[in-house]
Amino acid sequence: MTILTLLGVSFIGALILAFVGDRKFAPEINIVCSFATFVASIVLALRVYHDGPFVAGREFFFIDAFSVYLVVLTAFVSMTTTIFSKPYMRREREHGRVGHWGMRFYHAMFQLFIFAMFLCLLTNNVGVLWIAMELATLATVLLVSLYKTPTAIEAAWKYFILCGVGIALALFGTVLLYFAAEKVLGEGGEALLWTNLSQVSGQLEPTVLRLAFVFLMVGYGTKVGLVPLHNWLPDAHSEGPTPISAVLSGLLLNIALYALVRCKVLVDGSLGTHLAGNIMMGFGLLSILVASFSMLRQKDIKRMFAYSSIEHMGIATFAFGLGGPIATFGALLHMLVHSLTKSSIFFTVGHASQMHDTQEMSKIRGLIRGNPLVGWGLMLGVMAIVGMPPFGVFTSEFLILTATMKDAPLMTPFLLLGLGVAFAALLRRVQPMVSGHIPSWQHPLKASHVPVILHMVLILVIGLYMPDFLSRWFHMAVELLK
Amino acid sequence: MTISLAAQINSVLAALILLTAFGLLVQRRIYGLLHLFAWQGLFLSISTAVVGFVAEKHHLYISSLLTLTLKVIVLPYILHVLIMRLKIHKEIETVVNVPTTMLIGIALVIFSYSLTSPIRDLSTHVTKSTIAVALATVLLGLLMMITRRHAVTQIIGFLSMENGLFFAATSATYGMPLVVELGVGLDILIAAFIFGIFFFHINTAFDTLDVEQMARLKEED
Amino acid sequence: MSVAIPYILDGLQIIILLFAAPAFAGWVKTLKCWFQGRTTAGVLQPYRDLMKLLHKDIVLAENASWIFRFTPYVVFGSVVLAGGIIPILSIDLPLSATADIIALVALFTIARFFTALAGMDIGTAFGGMGSSREKTIASMAEPAMLMAIFTVSLVCKSTSLSQMVQVLAHGEFILRPSLAFALLSFVLIALAETGRIPVDNPATHLELTMIHEGMILEYSGRHLALIEWAGMMKLFLFATLGIAAFFPWGIAAANDFPALFIAALSLIIKLFIAGVSLVVIETGLAKMRLFRVPEFLGSAFLFATLGMLSYFMLE
Repeated sequence: MTILTLLGVSFIGALILAFVGDRKFAPEINIVCSFATFVASIVLALRVYHDGPFVAGREFFFIDAFSVYLVVLTAFVSMTTTIFSKPYMRREREHGRVGHWGMRFYHAMFQLFIFAMFLCLLTNNVGVLWIAMELATLATVLLVSLYKTPTAIEAAWKYFILCGVGIALALFGTVLLYFAAEKVLGEGGEALLWTNLSQVSGQLEPTVLRLAFVFLMVGYGTKVGLVPLHNWLPDAHSEGPTPISAVLSGLLLNIALYALVRCKVLVDGSLGTHLAGNIMMGFGLLSILVASFSMLRQKDIKRMFAYSSIEHMGIATFAFGLGGPIATFGALLHMLVHSLTKSSIFFTVGHASQMHDTQEMSKIRGLIRGNPLVGWGLMLGVMAIVGMPPFGVFTSEFLILTATMKDAPLMTPFLLLGLGVAFAALLRRVQPMVSGHIPSWQHPLKASHVPVILHMVLILVIGLYMPDFLSRWFHMAVELLK
Repeated sequence: MTISLAAQINSVLAALILLTAFGLLVQRRIYGLLHLFAWQGLFLSISTAVVGFVAEKHHLYISSLLTLTLKVIVLPYILHVLIMRLKIHKEIETVVNVPTTMLIGIALVIFSYSLTSPIRDLSTHVTKSTIAVALATVLLGLLMMITRRHAVTQIIGFLSMENGLFFAATSATYGMPLVVELGVGLDILIAAFIFGIFFFHINTAFDTLDVEQMARLKEED
Repeated sequence: MSVAIPYILDGLQIIILLFAAPAFAGWVKTLKCWFQGRTTAGVLQPYRDLMKLLHKDIVLAENASWIFRFTPYVVFGSVVLAGGIIPILSIDLPLSATADIIALVALFTIARFFTALAGMDIGTAFGGMGSSREKTIASMAEPAMLMAIFTVSLVCKSTSLSQMVQVLAHGEFILRPSLAFALLSFVLIALAETGRIPVDNPATHLELTMIHEGMILEYSGRHLALIEWAGMMKLFLFATLGIAAFFPWGIAAANDFPALFIAALSLIIKLFIAGVSLVVIETGLAKMRLFRVPEFLGSAFLFATLGMLSYFMLE
């Protein structure tokens, strides 16, 4: 029932907003829908927390601690993004960057995107997981090109082609998975259900699963933004409207990683060796290093933070690949805090770029003086994302480093190198942006307070004192990912 | 129809699908590409129907019909309308020259054959020999996307990849469950509308559909 | 007596080759005229042309070397010898055990090699141009032809043509995509090797468009007769090679009179159809630019390789 509410509200919201998306009350409808889904997700989480994992809808849906945690996160971040999007998009509309068809399209696709993400997380069927992932991509492709400038169209085209190709390869991996599953579970829909697959993973044919994992890794890895399949990410995340950048960076990458980890669990059960983990570690480490060095060369603020997303996803992938309770706990925590921090950063960045009418970092100055919320929000957000205590990212990175030193000590210097370079790159750029005098071309702005403050408080709380229920929740998820 | 005759017919159809994949790789005229793509879809749907008949899986008939409508009628029609509206007349130049592309294509076919050998050893289906052709079609579609400069031909390469994936599903297994196939079909249809809209945006912004012109977003030094 | 039968059959094949080849060439020319709405000169015209040339004097350039005078005989001889290897009527040929398709391709290569040399011998520009073009085409066509025929030999597990015919004609009938690809490739190669449209126009009088004609531009008299005759025989042989490799039903396995009669009859019917298809292709296509010929031959190579791959992958 709750599941139907979750999915139904966002889907119906999408339909309604397709018609009324350009009216004055459209952002409010958006916010209400997201709030409703957030409440539903809390209800769902409480049920899983007390009763454990369960299936529903004639085995079509499956919820365990891993997926429900991401459901709550998705609902929360999309809710705060809708709150942020209200003043942001109003200003974009006033300045003529989006027309009224664009607004309808934007609101409708936003809710459809949320729907697709929930479907991805809640489904038990590996095939439907793929379909929902593709749907999520398709919903956002045209949103990236919303402003219809040449660079936006180019970014959206790259996104479409590269992610389309990646996802097609992931489909091939899914077909191979089905092939292996058919031998053990018989033909028909049961062979694609994750609950069944995880039970018989030891009996699935290793050679086939090895091949399947390579394709799934390449396919879903493209969507996570792992190097060398990451070319679309900086463009797509920087050219679209900022609320879209926030949800893409904060949510879609997490969901792609979720799909990858689910497949990894199956492959580990079948192969018995650490191959899948090693591959993930390799890709993760490569992403961290390439992304952090690329950050040194960026001039556009959103592109820089997009590379930061690649780096953090690399850290999470590396940690999931490493395996073991500490690293997995760290990875789950990292997904949470990265999502909260990055979306908060994008909120402030969005306002900052609106204040200066540009996304170039060399032209943005004097944020703290101009708008203290934006300035301090950006400063604290960046300090959080580079891993400074007492923010939550420090905790997760510390856990991951500890696990690395224990299980794969030779990788630690590379990890530290990546983190260090990212630290330097970000602080070097952000410091001149937030300090200094207000330049003449800056406009005053009424920023959206609630999302940024809410996120930063949460990150601080998690960093200082992890609530008991949260750590128990993570422990449950870690158990499932053994 | 005995099993071996069906296997032979299926092999012939697989060979034809591979032939159309190569044809797409080297064809220069845009209507030629469209027709080849339609033929590929036709061979695919006939192959699905044959497999459905032999293995007595009736849901494959529905899949075959779905493929026929979507890939032989609807998608080529959408592309045809787009080509007319966008007034694409010229021949499409390739990035790498044609004989080299063909050689790379042959290498990809051999590669996919060696890659799918574990599946061939394990499969008990009548269609086990065609999985290599399916993967080869996917990789050839990928090659086509890489070696082409025009947006429409890149999309046709993408759709040809999807054809290969569908063929893989019917070769390795007797087709995915119907819900998955319907979902995939829906995704492709949505993708078709999206790229249709895309072509207009690209044409308006760049005044050409040559994707090499879209090179402004680069790493800056 | 029975020992000599293969030799008699071989002799019979060579005689048929010598005297039917101009008729086949004449048939092709006649069909072309009908398709193009012109009046024909008759199927027997090539015979008249050859007789005319045999009676004429030879005009030699002063700096012609022995290669120039030697070549027509080499070309004629190798093509006649090739006719002794291909199972035109019967598979019971004396050389079938040792002379296989590799030897066949080598024989054609000898002919082509000497023609190319002769083209350059006198030192004229058109001759040299024709020779270099011919060699370019040959370098791409030969591997493709070998690949195409090898595909057939993979299916029949032997490179001997007689063995191939035996397996294909008298074995069970299976739909083989590999043979379909090989046939497609062979047709393209045959068009290139025999110098037909779309690779080379045999009826052109513009020297800049010549490939094969350019090399033999300086020949006259009986030299030219021999070379022209060899050209007609080459066309005939490629047709019979294609028939033997891909449509071998009817070729005699036994040596008795009824089988041979059926073989001869089926040969006539198949050559009839081959002529029609050749003319349809020639009339339907336009001559390609020289720079497109590598693509054409590349696709022939591609089909042949696909045929070989599909043998391994699908069968």
